[in-house]
Amino acid sequence: MTAALLDVHSLRQSFPRADGGEHLVLDGVELSLTQGQIVGLLGRTGSGKSTLLRLIAGLAQPSAGTITYLGEPVNSPAPGIAMVFQSFALFPWLTVLENVQLGLEALGLPESEIRKRALAAIDLIGLDGYESAFPRELSGGMRQRVGFARALVVHPNILLMDEPFSALDVLTAETLRTDFLELWGDGKLPIKGVILVTHNIEEAVLLCDRILLFSTNPGRIISEIAVELKQPRNRLDPQFRDLVEKIYVAMTARTPTPMTIGTGPTATINTVLPRVSANLLSGLIETLAAAPFSGHADLPVLADELHLEMDELFPVSDALQLLRFAEVEGGDIKLTDTGKQFAELGTDDRKKLFQRQLLSYVPLATHIRHILQERANHAAPKSRFYDELEDHMSSEDAELTLRAVTAWGRYAEVFAYDDDSGMFSLENPT
Amino acid sequence: MRVIVPISVGGWTRLFSRWDLLAVLLILGLLVFLAEASRHLFEPLTELRQQPPSLDPRNLPEYAARTTLRMFIAMVLSLIFTFTYATLAAKSKRAERLLVPLLDILQSVPILGFISVTVVFFMALAPGRVLGAEFAAIFAIFTSQAWNMAFSFYQSLRTIPTELEEASRNFRLSPWMSFWRLDVPFAMPQLIWNMMMSMSGSWFFVVASEAISVGNTTVTLPGVGSYIALAIEHQDLKAVAWAIATMLVVILIYDQILFRPLVAWADRFRYEQEAGVLPPRSWVFDVLRRSRIVARLTQPFAVFWRRTLRPRHPDKPQSIKQTPPIAQGRIAFQFGLIVIALAAVALWQIVRFVIEGITLADVGTALLLGLATLARVIILIAIASVVWVPIGVWVGTRSRAANLVQPVAQFLAAFPANLLFPIVVSMIVAWRLDPNIWLSPLMILGTQWYILFNVIAGAVAIPAELRAVGANLRVRGWLWWRRIALPAVLPYYVTGAITASGGSWNASIVAEVASWGHEHLQAFGLGAYIAQQTDAGDFHHIVLGIVVMSLFVVVINRLFWRPLYFYAERKFRLG
Repeated sequence: MTAALLDVHSLRQSFPRADGGEHLVLDGVELSLTQGQIVGLLGRTGSGKSTLLRLIAGLAQPSAGTITYLGEPVNSPAPGIAMVFQSFALFPWLTVLENVQLGLEALGLPESEIRKRALAAIDLIGLDGYESAFPRELSGGMRQRVGFARALVVHPNILLMDEPFSALDVLTAETLRTDFLELWGDGKLPIKGVILVTHNIEEAVLLCDRILLFSTNPGRIISEIAVELKQPRNRLDPQFRDLVEKIYVAMTARTPTPMTIGTGPTATINTVLPRVSANLLSGLIETLAAAPFSGHADLPVLADELHLEMDELFPVSDALQLLRFAEVEGGDIKLTDTGKQFAELGTDDRKKLFQRQLLSYVPLATHIRHILQERANHAAPKSRFYDELEDHMSSEDAELTLRAVTAWGRYAEVFAYDDDSGMFSLENPT
Repeated sequence: MRVIVPISVGGWTRLFSRWDLLAVLLILGLLVFLAEASRHLFEPLTELRQQPPSLDPRNLPEYAARTTLRMFIAMVLSLIFTFTYATLAAKSKRAERLLVPLLDILQSVPILGFISVTVVFFMALAPGRVLGAEFAAIFAIFTSQAWNMAFSFYQSLRTIPTELEEASRNFRLSPWMSFWRLDVPFAMPQLIWNMMMSMSGSWFFVVASEAISVGNTTVTLPGVGSYIALAIEHQDLKAVAWAIATMLVVILIYDQILFRPLVAWADRFRYEQEAGVLPPRSWVFDVLRRSRIVARLTQPFAVFWRRTLRPRHPDKPQSIKQTPPIAQGRIAFQFGLIVIALAAVALWQIVRFVIEGITLADVGTALLLGLATLARVIILIAIASVVWVPIGVWVGTRSRAANLVQPVAQFLAAFPANLLFPIVVSMIVAWRLDPNIWLSPLMILGTQWYILFNVIAGAVAIPAELRAVGANLRVRGWLWWRRIALPAVLPYYVTGAITASGGSWNASIVAEVASWGHEHLQAFGLGAYIAQQTDAGDFHHIVLGIVVMSLFVVVINRLFWRPLYFYAERKFRLG
């Protein structure tokens, strides 16, 4: 073991909230990166993993804690830490060559040196012949190659990757991953360590030497998993599958909280609701109820079957749990009796059942309906509930939660909402 | 074709804030200061001695060159203003709060009002020489160009994608480098469209600013504008025709050799490429780009330019500005102190000014006149809408027609209404028409085109699928207009109507008084009032007129246009 390239110690990031409290994004994060390692940060949306990456990149300042790079504290973009972005972040008005040269120009190197190094990086990453192309002329995969070349050309010690393959189609992403691993394995990359942010469990197992699992709201490291499989790794290898399963189990492990009563996490008025349409919920219930699952499925298998990534599947399974249509435990999802019943009903009866579950288990929906019933005109502005929510969550979450409850309330015909006037009401157009 | 968001609706939620109040106070203070300065400098000035312009058409090339030069100098100044003012507003939260309302109030001050209060001031800077008058004219043209350019730049800077910004910081670009590599390129396409619009708009004021008299100070600068003024004075129709022809040629020339190439060049800076839209072409640009000589000649400049982008001290870490909280508090306090002091001085100036020469009755008169002009603007916009919305939709849904009409409409927007005065005035005189009604159309002559080309843009943007659905369901006639066409173009229409209405207020100063030789016509309105007071050199009442007009514009923007704009944007914006 060589000395650490990067050390993150008791890092904490929070933002002030409307009611004067603070919205905690990251808490107590410990991380160290040693030479020759690829560390994966794996978590769902809202786990603060991208925030952590930006803190390491020096693009933002933590509220508390320290980040040390080669013994020096990081409080601004450090030389030697380069980043690859999810949406590539190429300058559309610069050619491939100019994009790659950008970081070198900022270093103030002589013109001939800039050119030599840029061409070498382009060559290495397989972009030969595209030097004078503009990004818009390239496919997504080629664009991300430019993103890699631009980051590698400055010879960084640490490469930060923010979901670099998630904007690409499956095949292209796989090609890029393989190429990257090959170059890394052959020691051809001028980098010493990599931090990869991803929400794709298989991708993490495929690429990383260590995986840190993040919880959501706030983001904490809940588990650290060492991947000791030899490269190149095979997705069908039983050991590989075991690891994937193990991570699914860890990610779906119920966090014991005093609020937990009965068969699943219980929402309060202030719970951030997942933004999932009623159609998607019905769809998943039907899929689960039908063969081959017959009411019970292994989450990785289900994800594979539906071509859903963790980030897409988890909100749906969360919502199903919340409404007591399903239970999730140990990486498995199981329909409850209510869920099975739902699958068999027709449209109108489904709505009725959904209404019952919504009013029983989503207190925010009950709350809105209650207020509407109390008021003489049976109407209330959205801002009233928004302000209430904003005291307990970030404004983005408040907006999303209201949208989710509005969509469910409309489907269940619990209340109506008019976007023009921004009013909730009990009236439905007849 | 793109739609430009007008400053007046550019994204605040509250109707009026205390920052608006501060902005009003500061601008009012500035106006009063200029007017006061002018009033005191006024007497000793003698009339400018210079060669009187002549109506010989052989002078026109020279006049045209001088006029165009003024416009380009003003354009350069506007660009400098844009790059500094808008950048400051976009990068500093504290500055933003004042600078943006300031811009909004500034753009509602009638431009010809600026001329009235600044001309004497500028002439005093270079007494007895033409230079002062040139300054005044260029300043007036600048005020007609700068505001919307600055605002477009500010809006662009605020919409730069976060990841691009992060990338430029991650690769440690210096602020200077990232300004030229990220900020300016990103804003370029919008900025160029705004420059074109500004250029069109400023023709109107060129004509007004080259021949102006405030009291007994008369300024006549050689140029197309003064040529037109002279032609009107001498009732020389042939000369008017010459002037129109000259303008046409000038507009055509700078469009072909400057703006077309710029638009074609700026296409590479478009962040999102719309599918199916052909890239703009320009023969001049193609020639320049393909020419080896040009490439070789510009090479050294390019190298030099790249060198300026280089960091001087690449090893010095550029920290995120970390001012300790105490120092931050101190800076905020100092900033606040300066602003309050300025506001206090402005307030004191205004109060003194008002006590000195403005009575309550004056204010009443001005408000009443403002209502008259307001009625005119409303009626004209309504009429223009009824005429141009259907035509715009018709044209926009036929792509061949749209390609033909758009450039024509753009040219017509550049056409100064002053040139039609001869025709209108002689018609009114010949038929003994009421100037209160028949002078009005002149106000909207130049600005109605904004409604037309915005509606065309809106109709072009209706997705083919939506139109197919309409055809498929056999939606026709009034139902088609009500359910498909009108809602789809509403956001675009509102944008055009805001520009048209603002422009009409501005034009009223010229349009409510018109003359042709010895025939002087005047309508009852605030524009005529300002023009009259300018003639008389009565600075108290000039300022009163300007302030009341700005007040009308700001209040109507905030109470009417802004809510309508947001409603249309939210409800009817496609995609």
